[in-house]
Amino acid sequence: MIAFVVRRLLQSILVMLAVGFIAFSLFTYVGDPINNMVGQDTTLEQRQELRERLGLDDPFVIQYGRFLIKAVQGDFGISYRHRRPVSDLIAERIPATLELSFVAALLALFIGVPMGVYTGLHRRGFLSQVFLTVSLVGISLPTFLIGILLILIFGVMSQDINLALGFSLLPQLPTFGRGETVQLGWWSTGFLTESGLLALILPSITLALFQMTLIMRLVRSEMLEVLRTDYIKFARARGLTNRAVNFGHALKNTLVPVITITGLQLGSIIAFALITEQVFQWPGMGLLFIQAINEVDIPVMASYLMMIGFFFVVINLIVDLLYYVVDPRLRADKAVAGGHQ
Amino acid sequence: MLLRQRTSLRRGLMAAVAGAALVVSGGLAEAKTFKWAFQGDVQTMDPHGLFETMTLGFQSNFYEGLVTRTPDLELVPALATSWENVKPDTWRFTLRQGVTFQNGNAFNADDVIFSVERIRSEGSDIKVVAGLIKDAVKVDDYTVDIVTPQPNPILPLQLEIFYIMDREWSEEHNTTEATNVKGDDQGNYANINANGTGPYMVKERQPDVKTVLVPNPNWWGRNESNITEAVFTPISQDATRVAALISGDVHMAYPVPVQDWKRLEDAAGVSPLTGPEARTIFLGFDQSRDELLYSNIKGKNPFKDQRVRQAFYQAIDIEAIRKKVMRGSATPSNLMVAPQINGFNAALNDRRPFDVAAARALMTEAGYPDGFEVTMDCPNDRYVNDERICQAVASMLAKIGVKVDLLAQTKSKYFGKVLAQNDYDTSFFLLGWTPSTFDSQNPISSLMSCREDGKGAFNLGGYCNKRVTELADLIQVEVDQEKRQALIDEAFRIHSEEVGHIPLHQQPLSWGVSDGATVAQRADNVFHLQYVTVK
Amino acid sequence: MAVEAGAAARLADALRRFFDGDIWYSFTRSPVIIVSAVITALFVVSAVFAPLVAPHNPFDLASIDLLDSFIPPVWLADGDPRFLLGTDDQGRGILSTIIYGARISLGVGFASVLFAMVLGIALGLISGYFGGTVDAVIMRIADVQLTFPAILIALLIDGLARAVLPRDFHGEVWFYVLVLAIGLSFWVQYARTVRGSAMVERNKEYVQAARVIGIPPVLIMLRHVLPNVMGPVLVIATINLAIAVITEATLSFLGVGVPLTSPSLGTLIRVGNDFLFSGEWWITIFPGAALAILVLAVNLLGDWLRDALNPKLR
Repeated sequence: MIAFVVRRLLQSILVMLAVGFIAFSLFTYVGDPINNMVGQDTTLEQRQELRERLGLDDPFVIQYGRFLIKAVQGDFGISYRHRRPVSDLIAERIPATLELSFVAALLALFIGVPMGVYTGLHRRGFLSQVFLTVSLVGISLPTFLIGILLILIFGVMSQDINLALGFSLLPQLPTFGRGETVQLGWWSTGFLTESGLLALILPSITLALFQMTLIMRLVRSEMLEVLRTDYIKFARARGLTNRAVNFGHALKNTLVPVITITGLQLGSIIAFALITEQVFQWPGMGLLFIQAINEVDIPVMASYLMMIGFFFVVINLIVDLLYYVVDPRLRADKAVAGGHQ
Repeated sequence: MLLRQRTSLRRGLMAAVAGAALVVSGGLAEAKTFKWAFQGDVQTMDPHGLFETMTLGFQSNFYEGLVTRTPDLELVPALATSWENVKPDTWRFTLRQGVTFQNGNAFNADDVIFSVERIRSEGSDIKVVAGLIKDAVKVDDYTVDIVTPQPNPILPLQLEIFYIMDREWSEEHNTTEATNVKGDDQGNYANINANGTGPYMVKERQPDVKTVLVPNPNWWGRNESNITEAVFTPISQDATRVAALISGDVHMAYPVPVQDWKRLEDAAGVSPLTGPEARTIFLGFDQSRDELLYSNIKGKNPFKDQRVRQAFYQAIDIEAIRKKVMRGSATPSNLMVAPQINGFNAALNDRRPFDVAAARALMTEAGYPDGFEVTMDCPNDRYVNDERICQAVASMLAKIGVKVDLLAQTKSKYFGKVLAQNDYDTSFFLLGWTPSTFDSQNPISSLMSCREDGKGAFNLGGYCNKRVTELADLIQVEVDQEKRQALIDEAFRIHSEEVGHIPLHQQPLSWGVSDGATVAQRADNVFHLQYVTVK
Repeated sequence: MAVEAGAAARLADALRRFFDGDIWYSFTRSPVIIVSAVITALFVVSAVFAPLVAPHNPFDLASIDLLDSFIPPVWLADGDPRFLLGTDDQGRGILSTIIYGARISLGVGFASVLFAMVLGIALGLISGYFGGTVDAVIMRIADVQLTFPAILIALLIDGLARAVLPRDFHGEVWFYVLVLAIGLSFWVQYARTVRGSAMVERNKEYVQAARVIGIPPVLIMLRHVLPNVMGPVLVIATINLAIAVITEATLSFLGVGVPLTSPSLGTLIRVGNDFLFSGEWWITIFPGAALAILVLAVNLLGDWLRDALNPKLR
């Protein structure tokens, strides 16, 4: 057990180093940060001087080493663009992204799981086909288009539509930002104000659609698998009610892989949060990262990727350990194999 | 004196009206919050941290220079009440008395001297202004002499964006040097805090989220605005920004895509506010290399041939661009400067005619009857519809046989490629320019002069005419306005005859404003809160 | 080479069984699936033969005229019979740009799925057969890979390509950049599927026997593993194709990838977004609808395949 944990930890550290190395090496190519730090009239000599001061002329390995040594001490450097410590920026932005992702994940689970169960139980039902087809729209339109269409409908057109109809069909919803936030220590939350909650609606729907479809399809296929297993048949043979069988036995067994895979979907939630935040000007990590790319803010980009790498390694590690505890055989890979998106 | 009396009378009246309103509304002072959005955030609160229109314009709400400009760009006194050229290389500024910084400290000559030192410090990005000043000498507490390296008749025009900071405050907070991006001064105080003399004060700042300003009750001037709080939010996506305006989440948003003007006109409660911007958009060619970097023509550079450049010029249907790409909102131009710029001469602004046949003939004459291939560099998020202009140019040039490979990139990548530090890595490009001094000398020196002695830094194509370069120096020191104009005209005439660049148009200012607010628009896209009123 | 031919024969055999079997039957019984298949086929055919099908060639700059821009669809006032679905901001016909755009979207999609499949199957086999350190290394690389969502990978690879490749190539590499970026985010799924199957196979006697004869066992395994995993691989590939098309569109929203002068469906949508508020809805709605219909059809096919290929559910 200890040997296994140590080996996995070492592997994880290697993974982190590799992530950092790849991220950092690619960043050296994405553009020249100097242009964004100075105005149009700054002379060549001044620009070169700045490059030297920032150490941008040093060999790559030295730059990476410098970055790593500081990162270990929790110092991710200074954002070129904001001229503030990256760790402060990330601390400011994390609550926005986590709250949005949390609400979106809840939406996806609470809508996706029941729909998945229903379509699993009523395989050939008409409603099931409708659910399946409609939910596919969620993954058939690019996230950014869904977001912009929602903005168009609930932000721009709702007034006209309501006027034309003569009654309030569509609410007017905030189309950007987080609304008013309340500061709880270093955490800023939008859950405690009306405008904060309203502002969550459109972005969280946009972000949830894709995950919801995935979860629904996953639950459905797992249900179909489980319902065919012998112990479900035995349960029915024992005379248990449908309800007890479906929810007590089948759903319970379905949820373990579903939750695992939902956890492992972190990468795609973060990726789609990137787009959602961009569309809705949601002041989270994704927006920070996209702006950093546009402005070639290398310390922010590198830290962001290192952090995602860290999250993922930790989650992977926990999942692996759980599987190790539950079942020492080779189940870790099988579970993940089912979790493609 | 009379003026002051009238002002105080008016203040009294307004106070009375306000008092009446107070009674009516049952004791609640009426809060007027104004919200506005721009496509990017202010980069820093440090007035000497970044030379960029948006950032400097935003800071001018709380920091002030010796001089300032009205919404019509007229130069007016600010922290200096008057100035005169006492010697050819010395300007004497008389400072305003009784002004205090927002922390209560008094403003005087020491602060001016200190600010001159600060813009010379390592992290400063206002070194362009620093380069104009050889020395700053305190004559008395309210008089300062500024000595220039050479006679400079237009110095006051160049000082609007030189903002004055409080020496005591800067020393107290250890921020006597401009915010330094190297990061050995983590959390430079002036980067996130401000202490100016201007009409507004920074109440709250969350980078990329919002910045809240409130009126400065002790401002020396008369604030025409009635707002009690102003909230600024950056919104990068065009659609989201326009939606925020239409849905009433913000009172003002800029820039608004020109194609959305009609939507704003049709929508209830909002309208577009537009005008000609002082920014000229133009195309440029690599004329310095013997062989183009990105072309199928090897061994020679077709752009060295004036006929080719002229053919390109005449192949461009500027009316179609104005009408279709810019929706009628641009002003076609043959000069590298806009009408608002000192030195503009309408007599020189007639374009060569759009004539595809003539263009083809010129290409044939130059030895390229079948045209050639060239790569065009273009930003896609810097100027109004920049990428669409480049696309349109590409399809127009296709009609004279020139195959344009369009490389449109985000501004940081674009500038990283084409500017001097990457050795002007371009063959054909689109660029825009607003002279920061509002004077023609700036583009003649930066864009049109040979690349030597610090001139021509943004002459990306290396257009080089000795006389034009010489004229840049002559214009710099010429004091007589008439002679100076003649020199400027000569430079523009030579450049135009030789087709050094292809000026396209001045792009429009494009703001969207809610009917509940009135704002003043400046031709350089600077936005001042003190001219805002909210209903 | 001989082994490949053998694999092809096996594949053909599998296909024959496919048409004789329940899957084909279930296909003919489901109208939704037939419609999806027809739509997908239509897209593929018109994309392949775009120059013959499309009324204009929107990539030919000399043939487009800026003054033709913003013409609405033909059934609206001011419509122009030359442009059935109207024109975009540069004067290109929307119908033609959709056909040519689908060509690029599908090209990127198919190529990236193929790339991921080849890479994933190869790595999965190697990982499953050798086990131990090789397996650990490959699976940890897979972890790293999963850490980076496709969009991030694409942003990084795009940056790298621009910097590393000679400058003359900048205009032409976007296709490979996209294929590499999108493909790289898919291979893990194939690798894990194949690896599982390979681990089961590797201890079987025929593999030992092959080793004795001197044939590389990995190649032998390929022949036995492939048929086992063909079902899941086909399902993954179909769904990946849909995701690839969407990912390409999303990337173009972030400004990476296809140049504007030869737009994909995603680029068309992104460009059209700018005209959504100004009333020229056709510039974005038609390409958007085309993309949604295409991806929906492919997804429905994938869904159906997943169920049809799962013997337990038949």
